[in-house]
Amino acid sequence: MSSSGTSAAKAALIGQLSANKIPARGPHWRGEQVVDMEGVASPSAPTSVEEERRAQPKASALQGMGIKKAYRKGKTPVPVLHDVSIDIREGEFVSIIGQSGSGKSTLLHVLGTLDSPDAGEVRLGGKRIDNLSARRRDALRNRHFGMIFQFYHLLPELTTLENVLAPVMISEGMFAYRIKRRKYVEQAKAILDRVGLSHRLKHKPRELSGGEMQRAAIARALVTNPRVLLADEPTGNLDRKTGDEIMSLLVSLNETQALSIVMVTHDGVIAERAHRAMRLTDGRMKAA
Amino acid sequence: MYKFLLCWRYLRTRYIALASIVSVTLGVATLIVVNAVMAGFTGEMHDRIKGVNSDLTLDARGLNGFKNPEWHMARVNELVGDRIESMSPVVYVPAILNYRVSGQWITQQVTVVGIDAATQASSSKFSEYLQHPANRDKFSFNLHDGGYDRRDRTGGDEAPVRVGMEMAGWELRRERARIEKQWQQFEQEAQNQAAEEARNRPLTQAELAKIQQQVDQAPTELEPLLELARENEFNREFALAVGLYQKALAVSDGAAAIYNELGMCLARQEKHEEAIAALRTAANMETGNIAFVNDLAGVLVLAGEHVEAWEWLSSSQSTGIAHSNMAFFLRSAGEGLLAQEHLEKAKAAGLLIQDDEFDFGPENPGDSAVPFQDPFARDRQRGGGRVFDAEVDQHTGCVLGMALVSFRPPKKSDDSAGEEHFMVLPGDDVRLTFPNAATPPDIINDTFTVVDFYESKMHEFDKEFIFVPIKKLQDLRGMIEPETGERFVNSIQIRLKNPDEADLVRDKLREAFEPQLYQVGTWRDKQGALLAAVNMETVILNILLFLIIAVAGFGILAIFFMIVVEKTKDIGILKSLGAHANGVMGIFLAYGLSLGIVGAGVGLIAGLLFVTYINEIADWLGRITGKPVFDPQVYYFYEIPAHVDPFTVAWIVLGAMFIAVAASVFPALRAARLKPVEALRYE
Ligand SMILES: Nc1ncnc2c1ncn2[C@@H]1O[C@H](COP(=O)(O)OP(=O)(O)O)[C@@H](O)[C@H]1O
Ligand SMILES: [Mg+2]
Repeated sequence: MSSSGTSAAKAALIGQLSANKIPARGPHWRGEQVVDMEGVASPSAPTSVEEERRAQPKASALQGMGIKKAYRKGKTPVPVLHDVSIDIREGEFVSIIGQSGSGKSTLLHVLGTLDSPDAGEVRLGGKRIDNLSARRRDALRNRHFGMIFQFYHLLPELTTLENVLAPVMISEGMFAYRIKRRKYVEQAKAILDRVGLSHRLKHKPRELSGGEMQRAAIARALVTNPRVLLADEPTGNLDRKTGDEIMSLLVSLNETQALSIVMVTHDGVIAERAHRAMRLTDGRMKAA
Repeated sequence: MYKFLLCWRYLRTRYIALASIVSVTLGVATLIVVNAVMAGFTGEMHDRIKGVNSDLTLDARGLNGFKNPEWHMARVNELVGDRIESMSPVVYVPAILNYRVSGQWITQQVTVVGIDAATQASSSKFSEYLQHPANRDKFSFNLHDGGYDRRDRTGGDEAPVRVGMEMAGWELRRERARIEKQWQQFEQEAQNQAAEEARNRPLTQAELAKIQQQVDQAPTELEPLLELARENEFNREFALAVGLYQKALAVSDGAAAIYNELGMCLARQEKHEEAIAALRTAANMETGNIAFVNDLAGVLVLAGEHVEAWEWLSSSQSTGIAHSNMAFFLRSAGEGLLAQEHLEKAKAAGLLIQDDEFDFGPENPGDSAVPFQDPFARDRQRGGGRVFDAEVDQHTGCVLGMALVSFRPPKKSDDSAGEEHFMVLPGDDVRLTFPNAATPPDIINDTFTVVDFYESKMHEFDKEFIFVPIKKLQDLRGMIEPETGERFVNSIQIRLKNPDEADLVRDKLREAFEPQLYQVGTWRDKQGALLAAVNMETVILNILLFLIIAVAGFGILAIFFMIVVEKTKDIGILKSLGAHANGVMGIFLAYGLSLGIVGAGVGLIAGLLFVTYINEIADWLGRITGKPVFDPQVYYFYEIPAHVDPFTVAWIVLGAMFIAVAASVFPALRAARLKPVEALRYE
């Protein structure tokens, strides 16, 4: 990973970011909603990333406690997660390694409230979220979680820019969106610029390469300025070099914006780039 | 917001979905067209029925009607006077119509309606359906000079030409009368000629022998002598004839008439000297006999003895006539200029002389063998009592329903509007036969002159009714009480200020007039069955067409399900991005609604365009298929009547949109229920 090429790219990216004078915490268009209706407190914007990193002990961003999940195959339950506990701190980059079929995606879905656990709790900023109503969980996902997937999952009918704007469109009513559209577009463009896609705004996903699609997916995940980024094998479908670039991007986001990231992968090399790597085997979590 | 964006993108990338709404479009367009045309037809029919019927009628149950319509009208006025615009009494009677077409009598069953020319126009649209502009303006039962519509005025150039209508009116009547008279005259002349020929025919040898025998047997008998003389003269055996005349003179002891005949016989041989002598003897013997004088004068003129001739003429008759006769003789003798002079003098003397009176023309300078003709015979024929003269007189006027006497032969080519032929035209006479009001009824018949046609375009009416003046009909049928002079009518037609009140007024009148004797009904009551049938038709058509749209709804349902399946992953993505189930459902409902709007909208536009250009389209289709789609000859309209009712259109469009949305509800619900995790799992 520490090839001079990637380091140079990383340095260039960071330089670009500072040149763009984008605030470290990203755009704060939802500033007035920092204390939102779900009662989940947003972290106060840190004055400096390094400062926050050094501050100990860090607050827990996302917690999974004793999560159990089983799928039903006919009448017999097929247990996938036995008793998984995980604690992701603010600004922490955690990777989870596991074999294919070990339940990594399932865990990530449960953490991201896309699925609910059979037992156990999920907490965001210390507040339990897995038992909220569907509507509240939808809103929570929209505002506080960013998700990226192995297969990018962009909407094929929309352009890169529109895909990035999709979460904003979902949260805003038609009228509100119309009024603030210009601002949102500017912000989306800034994010796309940060992930290095400012030259592909009007392209449809099928006109993009895998790496570009993943960058677009990352931009989409970031557009609502989330607290936690959940990445499900983000490099799983990319060649090594492109995968490295994506990883570098994630690392830089984590470093510059103190974004908490949970990444699952079956690739140990990729996993090592995180602050902390864990292993999921037989439905249980172990330190790697 | 994303709902509409995605909905829009799905629409734009999946035009195939539009195919599913083609049937919505077609359904909506068809519904609009069908409703517009049905409404047009119904409206037209209502108008026509209403035009013939007044808003309300008070009918007698019997054919002989009720007495004293004035009393009835007063009673109606008393009850509901404030709602009534006008009233008009009417007499109905079934009748037989007779008229002659190319020598054959045609008989038709009709209903004769006695109307009051003045009030009928105000209580129904009667006068609007007449064919003479003046009658539409102010109707009367008098024949007009001409100017009857030569084409249906509502049809313009498309209406068929009415053959012979340009002559209709007095012109036609005069022409027909003149031909009739000429015909009679020809017949008369033929008879006269036959008689004349019989007289002038040369005697057969046997007859001649017989007379000769008579003369031989009784040489002193005058008649056979004269007859033999005339016969010989006729056969140009002048020598024999003269001898016989002289013998007759001897027998009769010198009768003036025989001198005259002898003179004329000599004149024919151009023995003018002797002829003049004989004629002069005759004229001198009977100085008062103008015929003798004229014969003498004629021969004198032929002999060039103008002075003596003039002396004879002027002494025996008035100056004018003398001049006139002199002119005639001179012209016969070939003295045209002198004849002209005398003619002028005759005119100057106050004699009425037509210019062609003596005009034999230069190449025909008179037949000298006809020395005299009574120039005033024509005047003598004139005069006498006043007789009906079809050239100047008309019978009582009547207005015929046009379909009774007209027909349209099939069109020969498509571009011509065709022709309408008439067996009877305004100006012709027809005979009507109907029962009178006696018990048991006697047959009455009378001749009427057609003064106009009536065309409401309700065929049942146009081949049924003949309108005549009510007074005449009452007189003919004896619908008058002899003692009091009160008249009877069958019906009182009532026109209301507000036609919508017809039912209300009817109910009030029903209470007041005994149902055993009177029947009160609105025009709707009378035509109820027809109107109900048309209504039924419209309802059924609407149901059928809505079923078609419903079928389209199932098409939408199927296509939407497929789209939902295809978009499973997208739905999962949206949910992972925080979209709510309702929002996802909204995408597909909006999708369905958009399809509905597009489908119904295109259908609306197509339907309205179709209705607007319906006649052009019908013409075009007719040209393509070679068969007229809409034949005005069948319907008696020249344009397909179409009436677009905004309320109906709105109802159709909303209905179609509702069906489209309803069809998308199930797929949308399915999309909303989709579990995001399952949707996302696989590529
Ligand atoms: N909807 C489901 N029904 C039944 N079994 C499932 C379902 N989803 C996942 N599984 C099973 O759960 C296990 C974990 O799956 P997954 O979390 O996708 O693994 P990974 O992401 O680590 O490859 C697999 O064995 C898979 O077969
Ligand atoms: Mg997986």
